[in-house]
Amino acid sequence: MTLTERLREKISRAFYNHGLLCASYPIPIILFTGLCILACCYPLLKLPLPGTGPVEFTTPMKDYLPPPVDSDHKQGEPNDQPEWYVGAPVAYIQQIFVKSLVSPWPKNLLAVDVFRSPLSRAFQLVEEIRNHVLRDSSGTRSLEDVCLQVTDLLPGLKKLRNLLPEHGCLLLSPGNFWQNDRERFHTDPDIIGTIHQHEPKTLQTSATLKDLLFGVPGKYSGVSLYTRKRMVSYTITLVFQRYHAKFLGSLRARLMLLHPSPNCSLRAESLVHVHFKEEIGIAELIPLVTTYIILFAYIYFSTRKIDMVKSKWGLALAAVVTVLSSLLMSVGLCTLFGLTPTLNGGEIFPYLVVVIGLENVLVLTKSVVSTPVDLEVKLRIAQGLSSESWSIMKNMATELGIILIGYFTLVPAIQEFCLFAVVGLVSDFFLQMLFFTTVLSIDIRRMELADLNKRLPPEACLPPAKPVGRPARHERQLAVRPSMPHTITLQPSSFRNLRLPKRLRVVYFLARTRLAQRLIMAGTVVWIGILVYTDPAGLRTYLTAQVTEQSPLGEGALAPMPVPSGVLPASHPDPAFSIFPPDTPKPAENQTSTGEPSGPMGPAEGVHDSPVPEVTWGPEDEELWRKLSFRHWPTLFSYYNITLAKRYISLLPVIPVTLRLNPREALEGRHPQDGRSAWPPQGPGPARSGLWETNPKGPGGAQAHGDVTLYKVGALGLAAGIVLVLLLLCLYRVFCPRNYGQPGGPGRRKRGELPCDDYGYAPPETEIVPLVLRGHLMDIECLASDGMLLVSCCLAGHVCVWDAQTGDCLTRIPQPGQRQDSGVGSVFEAQESWERLSDGGKGGPEESGDSPPLRYRPQGPPPPSLFGDQPDLTCLIDTNFSAQLRLQPPEPAQPEPRHRGGCGRARESLGYDFSRLVQRVYQEEGLAPVHSPALRPPSPGPVLLPAPEEEGGLPPEKGSPSLIWAPSADGSIWSLELQGNLIVVGRSSGRLEVWDAIEGVLRCSSEEVSSGITALVFLDKRIVAARLNGSLDFFSLETHTALSPLQFRGTPGRGSAPTSPVYSSSDTVACHLTHTVPCAHQKPITALKAAAGRLVTGSQDHTLRVFRLEDSCCLFTLQGHSGAITTVYIDQTMVLASGGQDGAICLWDVLTGSRVSHMFAHRGDVTSLTCTTSCVISSGLDDLISIWDRSTGIKLYSIQQDLGCGASLGVISDNLLVTGGQGCVSFWDLNYGDLLQTVYLGKNSEAQPARQILVLDNAAIVCNFGSELSLVYVPSVLEKLD
Amino acid sequence: MTEGETESPGPEKCGPYISSVTSRSVNLMIRGVVLFSIGVFLALVLNLLQIQRNVTLFPPDVIASIFSSAWWVPPCCGTASAVIGLLYPCIDKHLGEPHKFKREWSSVMRCVAVFVGINHASAKVDFDNNIQLSLTLAALSIGLWWTFDRSRSGFGLGVGIAFLATLVTQLLVYNGVYQYTSPDFLYVRSWLPCIFFAGGITMGNIGRQLALYECKVIAEKSHQE
Repeated sequence: MTLTERLREKISRAFYNHGLLCASYPIPIILFTGLCILACCYPLLKLPLPGTGPVEFTTPMKDYLPPPVDSDHKQGEPNDQPEWYVGAPVAYIQQIFVKSLVSPWPKNLLAVDVFRSPLSRAFQLVEEIRNHVLRDSSGTRSLEDVCLQVTDLLPGLKKLRNLLPEHGCLLLSPGNFWQNDRERFHTDPDIIGTIHQHEPKTLQTSATLKDLLFGVPGKYSGVSLYTRKRMVSYTITLVFQRYHAKFLGSLRARLMLLHPSPNCSLRAESLVHVHFKEEIGIAELIPLVTTYIILFAYIYFSTRKIDMVKSKWGLALAAVVTVLSSLLMSVGLCTLFGLTPTLNGGEIFPYLVVVIGLENVLVLTKSVVSTPVDLEVKLRIAQGLSSESWSIMKNMATELGIILIGYFTLVPAIQEFCLFAVVGLVSDFFLQMLFFTTVLSIDIRRMELADLNKRLPPEACLPPAKPVGRPARHERQLAVRPSMPHTITLQPSSFRNLRLPKRLRVVYFLARTRLAQRLIMAGTVVWIGILVYTDPAGLRTYLTAQVTEQSPLGEGALAPMPVPSGVLPASHPDPAFSIFPPDTPKPAENQTSTGEPSGPMGPAEGVHDSPVPEVTWGPEDEELWRKLSFRHWPTLFSYYNITLAKRYISLLPVIPVTLRLNPREALEGRHPQDGRSAWPPQGPGPARSGLWETNPKGPGGAQAHGDVTLYKVGALGLAAGIVLVLLLLCLYRVFCPRNYGQPGGPGRRKRGELPCDDYGYAPPETEIVPLVLRGHLMDIECLASDGMLLVSCCLAGHVCVWDAQTGDCLTRIPQPGQRQDSGVGSVFEAQESWERLSDGGKGGPEESGDSPPLRYRPQGPPPPSLFGDQPDLTCLIDTNFSAQLRLQPPEPAQPEPRHRGGCGRARESLGYDFSRLVQRVYQEEGLAPVHSPALRPPSPGPVLLPAPEEEGGLPPEKGSPSLIWAPSADGSIWSLELQGNLIVVGRSSGRLEVWDAIEGVLRCSSEEVSSGITALVFLDKRIVAARLNGSLDFFSLETHTALSPLQFRGTPGRGSAPTSPVYSSSDTVACHLTHTVPCAHQKPITALKAAAGRLVTGSQDHTLRVFRLEDSCCLFTLQGHSGAITTVYIDQTMVLASGGQDGAICLWDVLTGSRVSHMFAHRGDVTSLTCTTSCVISSGLDDLISIWDRSTGIKLYSIQQDLGCGASLGVISDNLLVTGGQGCVSFWDLNYGDLLQTVYLGKNSEAQPARQILVLDNAAIVCNFGSELSLVYVPSVLEKLD
Repeated sequence: MTEGETESPGPEKCGPYISSVTSRSVNLMIRGVVLFSIGVFLALVLNLLQIQRNVTLFPPDVIASIFSSAWWVPPCCGTASAVIGLLYPCIDKHLGEPHKFKREWSSVMRCVAVFVGINHASAKVDFDNNIQLSLTLAALSIGLWWTFDRSRSGFGLGVGIAFLATLVTQLLVYNGVYQYTSPDFLYVRSWLPCIFFAGGITMGNIGRQLALYECKVIAEKSHQE
């Protein structure tokens, strides 16, 4: 045993034990795994949440210096500074916050006056700032020296060309709306219109121009006709390139001197640095979205393969959870050990999933599912695990190896990816073994229970054909009652393969998966999410507020700031500030009350707004920039092609500027049009109440305004949704037929049962008239062929020999009538000679009439003709009609042109006075209880059902002695083999007969054992018979003269000459029992096949045995099935496949006797099995034909068959499969599973399902439709073969 | 990239049986169209991925940047991918060894994802020098082939496609029709053959799968119910 094998053994054993453990204690293991996942994910809490939200850091204003470029010396105290805080910021931003108020407010002022003159002051302020110059010892310094010089706008922004500065200092103020031109402002009749002309009409997601220029969020600016507070606020935004403390200080001092703010509580003591994460633009988003789509497609296609479990969705979910949590675990573990992810998680995530993959999970599922169903769950899990253990370990080792190679590329990004992948792989393995296996065991257990509950009904509705004692195909024919065909041919609608137009199938698909509803639902959820997130009063503001509260910047958490705030105010350079002690921050209300009472307040106004509008400065003003969109600054800088991604800006404390205007100034600034258009003259009463009182009822006017917009948007969304739903409904109605649910229209019903592809592709079907071979009275049970001849045997015991090329009936071997009288066990030789005599006497005339093209004329000695037994029968004829039948003259005009006359008369006899026959038989029934079921193989349950059929079918033979059935003596034919011109027949009585196929004479027989012959093999002068009692008999044929091939057999034109030895009719053939294996099996042998010098038997005792043909020595006993063996396949390449009642298929190695693979194939018995060089084709009682890959045991695809046609299949060549259906045969491309062609076989056979298909060498196909055979030539197949 | 236009796959040499019975040509056309659209889509997306590095971070117009390369590049890629995708199953058929390794859509999806990942790596990851980049990409491409294809014909075809496509690109660049932003090896990027090879393998994989299952999605759904 090599090392690998030992290792393999060990791994397998370990997995087996592990599987037992998992299946035994599912709940504790799942809990344990969950704990592990949580523990590993715990470090993730420390990581910043992914997203593009900015991060803040605050430093004191005093002694501020830009951080050095390299931050190595700061390693000791990592908490102090964030790692991005290195180097100078992109820019310093100074906001000059202007609050302006017209006071006192006389009643004759208009609403426009609230903001017109305050805005006009902006020009003056900008002027002052621009002209500010600092003169000190180091020289003079103006704004131009320190500010951020911008060069050019991005070329795409033509609209903003006049509004944003294109050169010089980046200085923004509301005056930019009017190009900083005071005259232009004064002549502008519609200020609000100018401001709002660039507002986006849609939902706003990022900063608008108004926000940029005003520097405050829209609703705080107060530039609105409906504002209530009459206070206008805006900022003048200055962007500095360098930090020049003195210049800034002087600017601040000057502005505050010019425009003092009396009750200002701003401290202006700290700088806020804002770091922006990497941006994900749309350009990057498209590839990202693509990878995610591919990822989801991968997951979808993977999980779709999970089959034969209780809950597909549950397992799919478990698989996805396994992979995702293994990823989380890997990130968590990496963080725990000090590795911080630098890669963009969202980008590499899909690749990680793809690398880790869902394959193992699926392989596990498949392996467990394909274990025998009747095992205990524990054992199933353990077996499934251990059988896949080696491949799983191998795959994992390979992947780890590949990743290791990747690690040595020494590219940091790839190394990091590989590290994550390795940890992810290991944790994925861990989760697969513990989590997924356990979930699988729970699922399997559930399925067992559910299966037990529902397994019985389907079997009850199955056709009464459960082959137990005998090869399956025999039973299949018994299942059909010829008298009432429609009960069989009608299928439950669910079984039908509908052939609908593509359009309808798409719609059905949509309807079935409720795709539209789900899409609408998902859309609605996304829509609501967007609304909630972007709504100004919604989640985002709330979140920002939360962040503000929690962050160290917030008022409440001021104490733990790095700089003790008590020190700062004292040393603050600006004396003009009135500073409140930090620990007693005064609320805004307090300051309002200290403000001077507004004198000319009307009583009504006093009632309405009790707090007199007064300019106040609270701490919230300092943080006003927080209320801006977090994309505010990136947007601004992006206009100048400066990115803030992964960089930071520093916000200087705002400079408060208070402008108090008196009414006179306000009136001066008024535009002549203001009075007319915006404000129609009204009486003093209404005018005074104005819009502030009339429009917004609540105290928060601006808030209400925002709410109205929200409602509008919401209503719009709702309406859009409803319209969408209605539209889809209409489409649905248009596309879907009314009778949705009842498959197909009436017009297509006849042809509706076309077999269609597994993939819905139904090629054009054709119709050819086959050669119909009629002659059997009852259902055909056995078929055998050697390419030239075709032998069929019906339930009645008739054997017909046909020419496989022309369809001529060459011989019929009905049983001699004398058999009844002569008794059992008569001397065979005597019988034979007697038969031969009679043949010579009367055969001639019959034969000449029956088969006009006598192909075997050139045959040398004119020996016996067909129908040798007929003369004997004539004496027994006691009715008119049968006499007619027997001695019928050759018919010149036959009912159907292609209907070969030879055996056709039998059918007419059926038609003739059938009822009378039946009557008589029923009378005789009591007298002659003909054959006892005991002779048949013991078959439980449904199998016994055929018995009455046979009895029902019995009468005609009794009535007409010509078609005599002699069950008591010989029993029915159970097996049939043909080779050369010899037919070997095995009977239920245990009698083995060798007939000459051409002459129809019995050559020899053997009747030593009385146990019925269930299966026969005839191979090279060797006959093996398997019996009901489980014994095997080996016979050898001996001919006394040399073999001479008969002349007529080599038909010209057909290339395939028979290779089998042909026995000349003049030879005497003797059959000797050479060897007997008395107890090959404990139970009846059901399957027998021989090839390559080996003989394989399958039995009801669940085992197979392999014998050597020469010396009948038993080589192996193969155990592995958990049910009776129903079918066996072996070919020259020593491939052995077996199928059993457990629905399993086993592939064996004949040389070693080991099981190669084991597939759980069908629900119900496997009825037939055949192999090509690359695949295994199986059919089951579930009417499915499955095609498996022979080497891997993976199911390639399956074909749904018509009910009752399950086992009808034949392999024409290595890549052409033929299956039978309702009156048709279909050709499939084996490699691709394509349906190539469907051939309809005439009209009259439409009702009959093809029970059995036999492929002849010359590419003719014989289908068995009940009692008739159809011979189909597929010439094109021939060409393909050539 | 235009190498495919000269060697059109032509009608497949099937037996008269199949060609008379089934509408293979329609089938072929559908596959071609699907492959073409996949190729165009991938070309656009991957082009976007490539130009991301050099383009301004805030493109004024995203749509314009998608179509920033020459207009004929995506159709050429589409045509090439259609040809490749049809060529692979055709060659399989002619060689008589149908490709059986991992014939599932999930595997194909995985393959496409890895292909996009290779492109992503070539665009995003900073390599020290170009040789390292090329070697890494070559290893990745070979790994892609080994993981998803493992057929000799696939490898040969992939190498041929890579060679031809590089040659055509080279010719184009020499004649000034097309230009790369930062060529490092004889006017083209040296990683180009690897990308072509991986692309050939990927498209071949898709083509084979399409040839295997035509309308699988719809029918299998209806089958399961």
